[in-house]
Amino acid sequence: MKAEVPPIVRQIEALIDPLVDLPGATLPMLHAIQDGIGYVPDEAVPMIAERLNLSRAEVHGVVTFYHHYRRHAPGKHVVQICRAEACQSMGARDLEAHARKALGCDYHETTADGVVTLEAVYCLGNCACAPAIRVDDEFVGRVSKARFDEVIAELRQGSDASRETRS
Amino acid sequence: MSITVYVPCDSSALSLGAGKTAAAIAAEAARRGADIRLVRNGSRGLFWLEPMVEVETPAGRVAYGPVQPKDVASLFEAGFLTGGVHALSLGITAEIAYLKNQERLTAARVGLGDPLCIETYAAHGGWQGLKNAIGMSGADVVKEVTESGLRGRGGAAFPTGIKWNTVLNTPGAQKYVVCNADEGDSGTFSDRMLMEGDPYTLVEGMTIAGVAVGATQGYIYLRSEYPHAFKTLQEAIRRAREAGYLGTNVAGSGKTFELEVRLGAGAYICGEETSLLESLEGKRGIVRFKPPLPAIEGLFGKPTVINNVISLCSVPIILAKGGKYYQDFGMGRSRGTLPFQLTGNIKHGGLIEKAFGLTLNQLLYDYGGGSATGRPIRAVQVGGPLGAYVPESQFDIPLDYEAYSKVNAMIGHGGMVVFDDTVDMAAQARYAMEFCAIESCGKCTPCRIGSTRGTEVMDKIIEGIDLEANIALMRSLCDTMLNGSLCALGGMAPYPVLSALNHFPEDFAKVREAAAA
Ligand SMILES: Cc1cc2nc3c(=O)[nH]c(=O)nc-3n(C[C@H](O)[C@H](O)[C@H](O)COP(=O)(O)O)c2cc1C
Ligand code: SF4
Ligand code: FES
Repeated sequence: MKAEVPPIVRQIEALIDPLVDLPGATLPMLHAIQDGIGYVPDEAVPMIAERLNLSRAEVHGVVTFYHHYRRHAPGKHVVQICRAEACQSMGARDLEAHARKALGCDYHETTADGVVTLEAVYCLGNCACAPAIRVDDEFVGRVSKARFDEVIAELRQGSDASRETRS
Repeated sequence: MSITVYVPCDSSALSLGAGKTAAAIAAEAARRGADIRLVRNGSRGLFWLEPMVEVETPAGRVAYGPVQPKDVASLFEAGFLTGGVHALSLGITAEIAYLKNQERLTAARVGLGDPLCIETYAAHGGWQGLKNAIGMSGADVVKEVTESGLRGRGGAAFPTGIKWNTVLNTPGAQKYVVCNADEGDSGTFSDRMLMEGDPYTLVEGMTIAGVAVGATQGYIYLRSEYPHAFKTLQEAIRRAREAGYLGTNVAGSGKTFELEVRLGAGAYICGEETSLLESLEGKRGIVRFKPPLPAIEGLFGKPTVINNVISLCSVPIILAKGGKYYQDFGMGRSRGTLPFQLTGNIKHGGLIEKAFGLTLNQLLYDYGGGSATGRPIRAVQVGGPLGAYVPESQFDIPLDYEAYSKVNAMIGHGGMVVFDDTVDMAAQARYAMEFCAIESCGKCTPCRIGSTRGTEVMDKIIEGIDLEANIALMRSLCDTMLNGSLCALGGMAPYPVLSALNHFPEDFAKVREAAAA
């Protein structure tokens, strides 16, 4: 009897099949998967390899080369703290230390309540409003420790009032 | 008649609350029955004043800032819709000294209107360069760009016209134009501001490049850290195609040029052009040996123009007004203007587009107003994470490619990161090595191993272990990296380290001093 196709495989299929004819499709496929599922599951590697006529090792090499791709499910929100120089000049090192302590987790880890995954980033192009962080797809500038706590509290309350939209 | 009110949609403005400010203005206007047309424009680049709100009045645009939602009711009370005076009044926008004293050629349109409105773009001189270009031969377009003296704004300052000429003269059934929008340097955001605030300028610049060298496909390789720019570019491309500026009959010329945005994935090295091409091809971003040059064997092995966003965005005005017009700005071999980015510990951070030749002193004090903390400015890192830390004694060197390289510094993409006197230069030197270790593509040993060893040696120096021997070791390691690296990541990471050692030696003897005291 043929084994049932696991839902994750179907999900990945739906995300990457429309992209097979794109020249250099590896990164676009990985983005589609991460945007759709939140991370790049192990199942994705052979599937991409098969479609693009690459070896699994090649695809694996791509996934691991780029800092952006995540191999495990993140928390509800991803918070990136800018570690680069302009932010350093305005206290990013202190902010980083504060964030780890306040969240009780390190970079690439998720808070115990599953709300926030903490990541480092090297410049958000918001260097005139340092220190800067990114919360999912929105930026927050001039982030004091107090402001950081506010943003996190809002995330925890499930409110997205701290985030800006283009409305 | 409705009154036009502008609230920026730029990422930095949004990061300071522009979205909420816009919503508050719309709500208050509705409550009072005021007839307004709310336009989300790009940022003027005066970030200490963001969110900066502007109102169209018979006397010109009047600015207020920084405007938070709590200020909105009182702005209406003060009659800001007719330019009324308020505590946040900044006067006529065009008369604000920071803006008025600039020479905005490349970033001229950013902030004027809705970035995606194609009519607004045309009304402010957009598409003129492309219209001129399609009436010229490819060789003449390239000649105009060469004559302008434009040099690559991504960092290496290579003459753009010469690069284009190589692609023009390399036969190939398929050629590409690639825009390097990886903008990884800390202290830089001019690419982002242009892409978010005036995306058609990039579309136009790339299309001119395509028409000139005979390339029919363009790619914008955009860093994944710029989600707003991504959305704006995608929409701009869609609308430009709809309006006939992209596609199989570019502006009625019968020529084809297609454009697509691709996202990077958080690798600094993918800003290096050959690594970028590898990444676009779907591979790991490992740097290629040169030659062959990308102009001859670039994307998918085909002749490829690869240029930075600002380089490409400078092309429309060059074609609209002539190479001579552009080359009249600047000094020495640094022609034209550069959108300098004043960032970090600075009171008035922002975008300052000026002709080459002004000095850091002018930028830091005439524009920047000194440090944000009010403490003395001690060091400025110019040109990104691979750029030197410039000490006060060099603040009066003209910002000119050659003058900077004479003192082992570089202008790069024009980012200035300001530090006050609380900076620990040993920590900054350590970070330069750490960053290189994190971002190394791993192809060559001096960079891959050297940066990791460099970080360890810096740790010893910071702890005060065998100070003299370790500083000597650090210098020798820097020497190896400078001379033995394949690309400028490993090849230039020593600059911030050596500049810190040379100009701020006192910070490397801290532990010893503390022990002696
Ligand atoms: C490590 C490294 C990172 C780079 N990052 C960028 C970048 O983010 N953006 C950019 O335009 N150029 C970057 N460059 C320069 C490019 O290699 C290349 O010179 C540039 O894309 C050419 O375009 P231009 O002549 O218009 O400047 C980088 C170079 C190196 C060595
Ligand atoms: S210098 Fe570093 S980044 Fe550049 S090719 Fe060598 S290992 Fe790769
Ligand atoms: S250095 Fe932090 S946003 Fe640029």
